[in-house]
Amino acid sequence: MSEESFDAIIVGAGLAGCVAAYVLAKEGADVLVIERGNYAGSKNMTGGRLYAHSLEKIIPGFAKEAPIERKVTKEKVTFLTDDTGVTLDYHNGRDQTAVEESYTLLRGDFDQWLMGKAEEVGAQFITGIRVEEILTQDGKVIGVKADGDELTAKSVILAEGVNPVLGEQLGMVKRVKSDAMAVGAKELIELPQKVIQDRFNLNDDEGCAWLFAGSPANGLMGGGFIYTNKSSVSLGIVCGLHDIGSSDKTVPQMLEDFKNHAMIKPLIEGGKLIEYSGHVVPEAGIHMVPKLVDDGVLITGDAAGFCLNIGYTVRGMDLAIASGEAAAKAVLAAREKNDFSAQGLSSYQTLLEDSFIMKDLKLYKELPKFMENPRIFNEYPKMVADIMQSMFTVDGTPSQPIRKTLMKHCKEVGYMNLIKDGIKGVTSI
Amino acid sequence: MSEVVNVDVKLGVNKFHVDEGHPHIILKDNPDMNEYRKLVNACPAGLYKLEDDGSIRFDSAGCLECGTCKFLCGETILEKWEYPRGTFGIEYRYG
Repeated sequence: MSEESFDAIIVGAGLAGCVAAYVLAKEGADVLVIERGNYAGSKNMTGGRLYAHSLEKIIPGFAKEAPIERKVTKEKVTFLTDDTGVTLDYHNGRDQTAVEESYTLLRGDFDQWLMGKAEEVGAQFITGIRVEEILTQDGKVIGVKADGDELTAKSVILAEGVNPVLGEQLGMVKRVKSDAMAVGAKELIELPQKVIQDRFNLNDDEGCAWLFAGSPANGLMGGGFIYTNKSSVSLGIVCGLHDIGSSDKTVPQMLEDFKNHAMIKPLIEGGKLIEYSGHVVPEAGIHMVPKLVDDGVLITGDAAGFCLNIGYTVRGMDLAIASGEAAAKAVLAAREKNDFSAQGLSSYQTLLEDSFIMKDLKLYKELPKFMENPRIFNEYPKMVADIMQSMFTVDGTPSQPIRKTLMKHCKEVGYMNLIKDGIKGVTSI
Repeated sequence: MSEVVNVDVKLGVNKFHVDEGHPHIILKDNPDMNEYRKLVNACPAGLYKLEDDGSIRFDSAGCLECGTCKFLCGETILEKWEYPRGTFGIEYRYG
């Protein structure tokens, strides 16, 4: 057993882990971050967008020095069928405060920068070491076992990501059913900066965040996304695992077909694939939040299920950052009292309850169930496309009143379904 | 619009440090085919392959460590699922 004992050992150098390390080290705590990859971010991927508010509060003005890609000023949401697309397109040219802004980014660069910030204020960081086991004594977490070495700490912060092997080992995280999860697959496609700006109608440092519902996920829960970076686009799909067994397409095939959709293909024409990535996405919201704190241990970020998919926005990174901060504050409070028991660390729970994290997760608690409704991904995209086609097709046959056209297409989905889904949809957001 | 995807080509652009001789995912012998087919569909890396003669072929070398197979079939047809040892496996340069 090592002589040295840290105030906190943090497992995982993603956003939650790096932020926890930064906040702790800044207050003079002895903190060690252990990352199994060769550098912070080497195992991490994102669809691509960070809402700045939570990091802005910790490192004000971070976007000026951090390796962000573009500031999002364009939001698009498209209902896609195999051969149509109906898009809502919003350009935000208004001034925003720093906490209101959001950025596209790539985790390889960004996480390394954030870990660097934590190291600057004194956090220790080791890479290339896999934590295999959490050490406990009389039911209390006392450290970690990594590559055969035992390291002790007064507390352990698990920031190990969406697949919380160690949280499961401790019995704090119950393995969620696969229908609470989705899988994402993403291509990073390199294109000249000028080409991206022209094709997506962007000024110099502006970025576009674009979500697609409907055919990208082959009619299953999920959809597609495109985020513009400086000189690449992040293009991918997310697909619920619920019905994946009965899909007639594989996930890689869904991504390929999405790329080849007539609406998408011209956007990436001539682009070069520079990385292909995949990851599980937690989709169950508050229903999958585990036991967050126990004697000597806290769980943060994706490992805690802190992810919000609201359909038109997808959030995880801002929650990870805020939960890393809350965990660090709880450890600091415990350090003050020299009580690292569940009781001593319990301010973590309170900080989360008082923050947007638990409030938003509670607000959207019905949404995951609503999103399982296959009509959202099949019939509604078709319905809006049919309405558009009727409105915009002129072929010399006598025109119908628009009201009649609308009613005809609504009837195909069923008025009752529309009303039911409308009410459920509105009440769950 | 449907061109058959070749995932291996995509994996070819990624950076991997393969831990030769230490597979981090091991399938059970004679896995249930219904479970296996879920993984054929879901694995973003296309590592769970079905051959034309109906036989199966799995190699964990191009694994993206996404966790999908663990969540889908962890208890049913996976003998072992763990992360690769430190420094090994996928290394995202961009993420």
